[in-house]
Amino acid sequence: MAIRVQAEDFDVGAEYAALTRGRTSVGGVTLFSGLVRDMAGGAAVSAMTLEHYPGMTEKQLEAIEAEARRRWPLDDVLIIHRYGRLEPGDQIVLVATASAHRDAAFDSCRFLIDWLKTKAPFWKLEATPDGERWVEAKDSDDSAAARWDP
Amino acid sequence: MKIFYFAWLRTKIGVPSETIDLPAEVKTVGALVDWLKTRSAKHAEALANSKVVKVAVNQEHVPYDHPIEPGDEVALFPPVTGG
Repeated sequence: MAIRVQAEDFDVGAEYAALTRGRTSVGGVTLFSGLVRDMAGGAAVSAMTLEHYPGMTEKQLEAIEAEARRRWPLDDVLIIHRYGRLEPGDQIVLVATASAHRDAAFDSCRFLIDWLKTKAPFWKLEATPDGERWVEAKDSDDSAAARWDP
Repeated sequence: MKIFYFAWLRTKIGVPSETIDLPAEVKTVGALVDWLKTRSAKHAEALANSKVVKVAVNQEHVPYDHPIEPGDEVALFPPVTGG
């Protein structure tokens, strides 16, 4: 199990290798990585600054991971989420799930990113040609998370 | 009681956190938000639309009818936008 909230970048290949090394029970790994886009709502984005609530962030991510493990038979879960100033093309988040079979790996990865988007206390500030603006939450994120309601 | 503000609530109110003496009659999250509005014009403006003011007590998301105690850690923030 690993939850990491960090300013530094991460290496997806190295994380994948660490997740699978010596684990011959794992039959499949699903990886989701989120990146900073250069456009949002029709405006060019030159930078994005992620703010979070230290303490609560880790607590919420641990709770989300525990819920995924309760629902699916997972060999391992990795969530890395960055904060601070990022630029288009930079990695923001990595969610990886390892399981004996692909269904559990795919479904739990999708569940984790959907829940993370509505529960983990992060906020994005975008820099655009018109100045800085806080990203607004999307209804589509709420409905994506609601699909997983018990 | 310590109150934390994040994202545009922090920039509109102008401070990342403040320490308050919780009035005895303030017993729920909703009552606390209403009371905080009376502290300044900036508070009133930032907290005007309760639909976009979310609250955590002791680092857990809670609804406005959630009870609060003087020792609680309270945070106010807009809907989250991570991932």
